[in-house]
Parts: sequence; C-alpha cells; structure tokens
Amino acid sequence: MDAIQEKILANPKFHELVAKRNRFARTLTLIILVVYAAFIAFAIFAPKMFGAPVLSGSDWAIGLLLGWLVQAFAFVMTGIYTRRANGEFDALSRDVLRN
Amino acid sequence: MKRIILSAALTLAAGVAFAAGDAIEGDVVKQATNWTAIGMFLLFVVATLFLTGWAARRTKSTSDFYTAGGGITGFQNGLAIAGDYMSAAAFLGVSGMVFAKGVDGVVYTVGFTMGWPFILFLIAERLRNLGKYTFSDISSFRLEQTKIRTLSAFGALTVVVFYLIAQMVGAGKLIQLLFGLDYAYAVLLVGVLMMLYVTFGGMLATTWVQIVKAVLLLSGATILVLLGLAQFGFDLEAMMAAAVDNHAKHDIIKMPTSLVTDPISGISLALALMFGPAGLPHILMRFFTVPDAKEARKSVFYATGFIAYFFVLTVTIGFLAVTLVGTRPEFLTDGAITGGGNMAAIHLAKAVGGNVFLGFISAVAFATILAVVSGLALSGASAVAHDLYANVIKKGAASDKAEMKVSRIATLVLGVVAIVLGLAFENQNIAFMVGLAFGLAASVNFPVLFMSIFWRKMTTRGAFIGGLMGLVTAVALVVLGPTVWVAVLGFETPIFPYSQYALFSMAAAFGGIWFFSITDNSARARIDRAGFDAQFVRSETGLGAAGAVAH
Repeated sequence: MDAIQEKILANPKFHELVAKRNRFARTLTLIILVVYAAFIAFAIFAPKMFGAPVLSGSDWAIGLLLGWLVQAFAFVMTGIYTRRANGEFDALSRDVLRN
Repeated sequence: MKRIILSAALTLAAGVAFAAGDAIEGDVVKQATNWTAIGMFLLFVVATLFLTGWAARRTKSTSDFYTAGGGITGFQNGLAIAGDYMSAAAFLGVSGMVFAKGVDGVVYTVGFTMGWPFILFLIAERLRNLGKYTFSDISSFRLEQTKIRTLSAFGALTVVVFYLIAQMVGAGKLIQLLFGLDYAYAVLLVGVLMMLYVTFGGMLATTWVQIVKAVLLLSGATILVLLGLAQFGFDLEAMMAAAVDNHAKHDIIKMPTSLVTDPISGISLALALMFGPAGLPHILMRFFTVPDAKEARKSVFYATGFIAYFFVLTVTIGFLAVTLVGTRPEFLTDGAITGGGNMAAIHLAKAVGGNVFLGFISAVAFATILAVVSGLALSGASAVAHDLYANVIKKGAASDKAEMKVSRIATLVLGVVAIVLGLAFENQNIAFMVGLAFGLAASVNFPVLFMSIFWRKMTTRGAFIGGLMGLVTAVALVVLGPTVWVAVLGFETPIFPYSQYALFSMAAAFGGIWFFSITDNSARARIDRAGFDAQFVRSETGLGAAGAVAH
C-alpha cells in the first residue's frame, strides 16, 4: 500500500463516504431481492392466484401485470441509485481524493 | 486493411446471392419474395463492415482492442449492454415460450431484468475502478495471478461457448425459415462475419455494431407490437381474450406451469437469472469501455430501461402470436408451428406486416445474432489473450503487439469452434441453452468476483477450490440432468432430476470459497488478506483506475 492509500484509509471522510454509499446500496439491494423473491414465491406457491383476472371479467392475469410492474420498479430503482451516487456520493469522493 | 474488408464483403455478398439463387431453383419456390429480407440483411452487413473499417483504423493498442480506448459514453454503453443482453435467443425464445406456455415467459423476463439493479448497486462501479480489460483483472487483483486468472478464464470461456451455441442455433433456424437455405450456411456466415468484426475492429466495431442493432431491434419490436395490436383495434382486452380463447390450453396460459412452479427449480432459475448477468464475461467487459464510475452507473440505468421495455414487448409478441399465428394454417405444419417453437415472432411479422416487414424483422433478428456473437467472441478472445497468454504464460511481460496478435488468433479459433458446435447442437431449445450459460456464470465467475471484491478473508486457495467446485458441480449437474442425460445421451431417467441447478452449484462455490479460505494459514493467504486494504481504497474511490485514452 502506498502513502496516498494510507492517507485515504486514515481519513474519516473516506469511511463516511463508504459507509453512506454502501448502506444505501445494501438497502436498495435488499428491497430488490425481497420484491423479486415475493414475485417468484407468488408464481411458485400461488399459481392460481397468479392467473386470476386483474379486474373481474378481464383475461389479463394479475401475475403478468405484476411482473411488468416489477420490471418497471427495477428501472426506477436504478434511476434512484444513479442519481444519488453520481451527485452526492461523487462529490464526497472528490472531497476525499482532494485531501 | 480497408481493401481486405471490402473484398471480404464482396465475397460474402456473392456467397449469399449465390445461395439464395440456389434456393429459388430448389423446392422452396414460394420463398422467392424474400429478396427483401436478403437485401435488408446485406445492407446491414455492408454498413457494419464499413463501420468495422472505420474502427480498424482507430484500433492500434490492446486498450483500443479490448475497451475501445475507454471512450464510450454512458448512454452508448447502455444501448450496447442492452444489445448484448437482447440476444436473438431472448427475442425468439421468450416470445416462443409465451406462445407455447403463456405467462411462464414473464417469470423468466422478470428474472432477466432483476439482475441489473443488483449489478448497479454492488458491482458496476467497483468493476470500473478495479479492472482494466477483463473481469479476471478484479477476481485476481490481490490473489495469486496464475491460479485465479486461469480459473476465471476457463469460467469465461465455458460461458462464452454455451452462449455461442445458443446464438448459432438461432441463426441456423432463422435462415432455414427465411431463405429456405441449409442450416449450415447460416452458421458459417455468422461465424465468418463475427471473425471479421472482431479481429479487425475490436471493441470499437463490436460496440457500434451492437448499438446499431439495439436501435433496430427495439424499433422493430415496437412496430411489430403496434401492428399486432392494430389487428385488435388496439383493444388490449380483446387481444388477451383472443389469446386465451385460441390457445389449446385456454385459461392455463394465465398460470405458471411446472417449469417454474416446482420450488427447487424455481429458486435455481431465479438465482441463475439474478446473478448470472454479474458473471457474463461479454457484459462485464462493457464496463471497461466507459471513462469512469459515473458513466458506468449511467450505462446500467439506461440498459435496465431498454431491457425492461424490450421484455414487455417480447411477451406481448408471444400473446399476439397465439391468435395471429396459431390460428392460421399457413404458419403451421402438422398442427405445430412451422420452423420450431422459436419462430413465433418471425411468423407474426409476416402475419401483420407482409413480406416486407417479415424481411425487416428477420434481418434484424439475424443482425442481433451477429452482434451478440461478436461481443462473445471478443470476451472469449480477451480471456485467452489477456488472461491466459499475457498474464499466466508470459507473467505480465507480453508486448502489446504480441497480445494483440494472440487475441486475433483466439478470435479466429473461437469462430471455428462456434461454427462446429453450432452445427452439432442443431435441435436444442435455445432459451434453455441461455439458461445453462447463466447458471455457469452465476456459479463460477460471479462467486469468485463477488467475494474477492467484498470479503477481506478470501484467499487464493479458497477462491480457486471454491470456483472449481462451482464449475464441476454445474457441469456435472447439467450432464446428469434432463438436458443432457435424457435429451442428448438418450437415457430413460435423469440421475439429477432438475434441469435448473444454480441453487446447488452456487452453494458449492460459496461454501467452498468460505471453507477453504478460513482454514487457509499459508504464507500466500497472508499476502492475499493484506492486499485487501489497497484494493478497497481503489474500488471505492477509483484512485489509480485506468482512464479514457483520448483519440
């Protein structure tokens, strides 16, 4: 490890950045995992309900629309992370590197 | 260089024209109007070969060859990643699965999409910060190069080969139906064009071919869905009611069937789909083509959007095809769909848009295969040249020139291998083949990569044995499972009952890495663990990461 790396590692701001960003990333990952697991569990354990009409009389299955909703949700989550990481976290990171 | 490419283009054009003429004189006279398709495809080929010529003049160093000099923007890379992911197997396989089984296809596409946020949150920026050309750069960052690079390179190559087979089979089926030509012809054509793109144009050509194709595929699929919905007067309820009515299984298509409802298979499939992308070498490689972590994040954001949209389209295409293709005798042979289960989208194009649109969609699907195959070949070549040759055999002392030469030779060899295996695996379901590639990626490349980034205590021994355990388990379960033991080798019952196996192979890999790391007290283990801090600083800040090369 060189001197610059030692210095960064000793900088509390670096640890603040890492802790903040990783907490955010972990939370979002957990949300994604839970949503996905719930969707798969729905398909595996309740296939009848999965295929039930979304509105009475409709032929569109609840599970199908829910699946598309989950896909849209995944996209929104990547947007939320990218926005915060490219703004707030990158500013913090530049701050750490400047010291 | 330009002259070589041009003359190659002319030879190919002549070959296709000759072959098409042959078909018209043969039995399949009714396919004569498909000159439109041939013309459109040739247009794509000529355009991409010019692109390759342009890229070839800018490809001078290994950095240009592997990463396009790191100068691709986030949006461009997002399109290229989506392009890599929206393979013909995904396009034809998913719409074919919906056509045959209904909502089962959706359970797949949700999984295909969910891997992306995960890559963004935990992998993408660290990959960009730590790596140079291949994901093995990261896996072996603080570990013993020889062992871990060899393992990762083999992991990459196995995935590349499985994926290549799926693409080649798709190409063969498609051209059979479209031009009425020999299966072998298509496989050969794809193989040769791929070798041209990659050997001459490197990553720059591969990326732009992918971008062009992604735009064509997204717009083609959108038009296909709009034309299909127009047949129902844009009444979504009428469309779905007709699908349920006309499908032989009626209401059953609204429910997930045995493929995904058995819990072990379901969880295995979910794991493979979720973590597979984070172990696909041709996708991971794309993160080195952008200048920094910021652009790497943006790429995933755009890619996820395009991918999610694309899968909504492919599923809709499957449901549209149930009525618009499944009820028309001209698309059926002996009650089943002509050309095999993966042809639903192609027939739909003809049903809603006539021969011109059929030509367009076929040309796009064929272009898709070409582009994906090129990305695969490039990542396979980089595993051979950068990991095995430059770092394992030459211990990092290979000259730029020699490494380039090896990667070009590797591309040619991979092209030949892809052609041979494409011919050998003619009658496999291509969606399943992609599933196999995903399972391997999730159980070999991903565990080693993930643990080396996040787990301080991982050692060379742990990574090597654990990764190997994942590889061996995955391959053994495929061979002993229904896909090979029954379907290929012809035995009555499989020894391993599930066709999805990622649950077991991932557990083997992670368990192996954990156990053989914590029990490792060697001198090397101390070096491995001591290297974590330096790696940690770089992975979190990008300090010391390779930047973009200005042209």
